[in-house]
Amino acid sequence: MAAKRPSLADKIDINMTPMIDVVFQLITFFMLTLKPMITEGDFDIRMPLGTSAGAVSEDPLPPIRVRMTADADGERTGLTMNGQPVAGFDDLRRRIVDLVGIGPGSNADATEVELDCDPQLKYTNVIEAISSVSGMVQPDGTVVELVKKIKFAPPKK
Amino acid sequence: MARAKNSGPSQTDVDMTPMIDVTFQLITFFVFTLNFSQAVTDDRVQLPMSQLAKPAEAPPLEPITLQLMSNGKVIYAGEPVSLADIGGYLENEKRVMIAASKEPDTATVIVRADGRSRTGDVQELIKSCQEKGFERFVLRAEYDDRF
Repeated sequence: MAAKRPSLADKIDINMTPMIDVVFQLITFFMLTLKPMITEGDFDIRMPLGTSAGAVSEDPLPPIRVRMTADADGERTGLTMNGQPVAGFDDLRRRIVDLVGIGPGSNADATEVELDCDPQLKYTNVIEAISSVSGMVQPDGTVVELVKKIKFAPPKK
Repeated sequence: MARAKNSGPSQTDVDMTPMIDVTFQLITFFVFTLNFSQAVTDDRVQLPMSQLAKPAEAPPLEPITLQLMSNGKVIYAGEPVSLADIGGYLENEKRVMIAASKEPDTATVIVRADGRSRTGDVQELIKSCQEKGFERFVLRAEYDDRF
């Protein structure tokens, strides 16, 4: 029995409607679940138990004390490193580099930074200070790591 | 002038191919930009920016995320909690960890504090965690790619 050969004129109509329905559903789902991805990163801080009570650190070098003062609105009014006034966070980074050195022979690993902040200080200053002491971005985009050990001074009442 | 009458049922054939092409392109785009990460984020907290805030290679094993809003309230499990009450919730976290035979000092507390919040509140939050035996802390910041 010979099958009837379809002629070119017999066009097979595929019903596209269900596929387009599903595809639009998918697009809607993905659009609604789309979240703009913001890259976030972490800074380690060393707050082991006991240090808040002024326990003696096992590190051979005394910590570098970074002190930040603030006015009543929380704006930073002063920045000192080991008691010496510092012009800003770039200056702070420069002084840290001078102190610990970079490359081989750097004693960044043995150094600890203690942040002593006024309680009303805006927290963004703390992150800027931690950024300044923990690393340096080179012009080519690479990061040179500086002090990794950062802690908070015991909070003042 | 009389128009020629069409013979038989007329059907306008719309060419669907370009539309389906574009639609599949869109689907592919959305599939690839889909973010599967389970990171806890909240629009109520505006993280401070830092050029050095590079994402960690591996997420911490036992993360506890605490978000501090600029008004001094802590977001715990999606609800704002006052800083004074957070100790009770942390006690629960600790009990859950101990029930799962994990030590509280293996947990990492991720502090997502708003850039406008008071440093004293952040320190108080850390102190509350320390009192419950948590000792690993990371401060989260948003990566700033502007130079």
